[in-house]
Amino acid sequence: MNERPTFSPNCPLPETDGERIELAHGGGGLLTQRLIATIFRPAFAQSADDLTHDGALLDPAGTHLAFTTDGYVVRPLFFPGGDIGTLAVNGTVNDLAMCGARPLWLSAGFIIEEGFALRDLERIAQSMSAAARAAGVRLVTGDTKVVERGKGDGVYITTSGVGTVVAPAPITPRAVHPGDAILLSGDIGRHGMAVMAAREALGFEPPIQSDCAPIAAPVLALLEAGIELHCLRDLTRGGLATALIEIARDGNVMMQLDGAAIPVSTPVRGACEILGLDPLYVANEGRFVALLPADEAARALALLRRYDAAAAQIGTVEARGEPGGITLSTLGGSHALDLMTGEQLPRIC
Amino acid sequence: MKYVDEFRDPSAARASADAIARITTRPWTIMEICGGQTHAIVRHGIDRMLPEGISLLHGPGCPVCVTPPGMIDAAVAIASRPEVIFCSFGDMLRVPGDAGSLLKARAAGADVRMVYSPLDILAIARENPQREIVFFAIGFETTAPATAMTVLQAQREGLTNVSLLVSHVLVPPAMEAMLSDPANDVQGFLAAGHVCAVMGTADYAPIAKRFGIPIVVTGFEPLDLLQGLYLCIRQLEEGRADVENQYCRSVRPEGNAAARAAIEQVFAVQAQRWRGMGEIAASGLGFGPDYARFDALVRFPDVTVPAERPTGCISGEILRGTRKPPDCPAFGTLCTPEHPLGATMVSSEGACAAYHYYRRVPEPV
Repeated sequence: MNERPTFSPNCPLPETDGERIELAHGGGGLLTQRLIATIFRPAFAQSADDLTHDGALLDPAGTHLAFTTDGYVVRPLFFPGGDIGTLAVNGTVNDLAMCGARPLWLSAGFIIEEGFALRDLERIAQSMSAAARAAGVRLVTGDTKVVERGKGDGVYITTSGVGTVVAPAPITPRAVHPGDAILLSGDIGRHGMAVMAAREALGFEPPIQSDCAPIAAPVLALLEAGIELHCLRDLTRGGLATALIEIARDGNVMMQLDGAAIPVSTPVRGACEILGLDPLYVANEGRFVALLPADEAARALALLRRYDAAAAQIGTVEARGEPGGITLSTLGGSHALDLMTGEQLPRIC
Repeated sequence: MKYVDEFRDPSAARASADAIARITTRPWTIMEICGGQTHAIVRHGIDRMLPEGISLLHGPGCPVCVTPPGMIDAAVAIASRPEVIFCSFGDMLRVPGDAGSLLKARAAGADVRMVYSPLDILAIARENPQREIVFFAIGFETTAPATAMTVLQAQREGLTNVSLLVSHVLVPPAMEAMLSDPANDVQGFLAAGHVCAVMGTADYAPIAKRFGIPIVVTGFEPLDLLQGLYLCIRQLEEGRADVENQYCRSVRPEGNAAARAAIEQVFAVQAQRWRGMGEIAASGLGFGPDYARFDALVRFPDVTVPAERPTGCISGEILRGTRKPPDCPAFGTLCTPEHPLGATMVSSEGACAAYHYYRRVPEPV
């Protein structure tokens, strides 16, 4: 028989234009494997075995581990200075650094909306790869799910991270002492304003760049220099004010901040003035505060300034109090800082 | 930062405060009208730089605070309709009426969007011809021109799916209402600079004359406020009651002619309810007869504006300047920004919210 068979030998795969995420990409079959093989493994794998099993087998060098997890749902996904991928790596790396740990391994879980552009997913994966390299961590395991169109916001990423603890003593608000210096690693408010400007198409010129960056290197530099760190906190949602208020409350200490010493770049100040926002409460993604003994402050500040020239001492821990609180010096004296109710909303006038 | 740092310079501020102290011989009570001024005074600690006996009262100039809860209830009712995209300024979203806030309506499924300018709704209207686009037009003379421009532009473009829920209020009638109250203590006013930048200063001379009260048009930065206070106290000490303009870098006596023309074309002056203060004659803006079809209350005739329920909150007295936030037994306990009982706690520009954020911990000694 010369007649060719009428059936096609191909699997009845759902039709794909090859450019967009489909539900089948999360189905665990061929499209899932193709996604991992073409996008995730090239971006993340460093050895042939990486990302081939259900889990990663780790061989921790130290006995003390730090472990953290965080979900990332930023909108827009791409903003000046970064994207959801850089955020997902740096955010978790930074949480480990704040424990005084050297970040080593990350997992990444992707929840992708049907119809999401593969090109964008690839761009995000490449950002994650670059951020992981910069932070010295390896992305060793992951998961991909696809949800129906309209049931997600493009892509959500959850990363978990493991690191080995380097700090000789626990880094916690309870370790903060009266007299401690409060150091800030750089200028504040960039990430929150960059994302708000991008989301609302506010068109500031030049665009405000997010500060999204790994902060493990300066923290490890402080630890390697033998500086005694009492408390570290990265300044994410709620900004500098919220982070310090939490430390003051948990540590039952009073703090005095010098409003004039807190570095805020001119574009961020301008944007905050226009919108009626307080930069002290605006989110950051590459800044932290370090609370440490006053006699170590000068040496620590010199080290921090190698990474960011804007690093500054912004205040001191005053005394034990119940409950702790913060006063900020202003023109006419000082006022108390308090937690914001919900997110800051632009003011009408 | 240029045009900001100069007006926050600590040594210049100290020199201004010293100048005030030199001319002050008696206690005086002065009200700043605008919520932006209140916020700057409390945030920068301007009141704490003044000589003892100078008392600042915080006026009714927070547009979010004075919007009656019934209007917010009407906004929620309109926003909850499936065909409606409801647009509002950001800080209005959180403010509760008697039946919840716009944020709560959004959580329940309403399409509520935050905009930075009312003109933004025109693009939304063009992109969504099948939906009804409603803007919550609140605010003083400062925001009214943009509202009017939006209406005029919608008319020019022939957009038929745009309407506005209007609760615009006017400053001078509220000042007169306060001064006519027998319990009034206010001896001098810092008038709101931005309102005057739009409307000019002509409305204030008759008030200064009729009530024998100095009025100083004042800006919003620390040095503006200190200079405004200096001018006001100097008038009080000299027994004068004039209108002076501290904010001359923005305010012309005639105001902004184009902005005023837009307001006059679209709106008509009408009686207006104020949250916590009741109805004040000729203190609001409603649509003029030619533009009534843009009125959301005409577009959605089954939506009503309920009257304000009594709450026991003293925000009316705070807005009139007869009490201060810490005088209220509910302040900081029953009434907080998370659970506001009244007008002045709901917006960050409200006097109670400003005190709550900045003044709950006593000044360290």
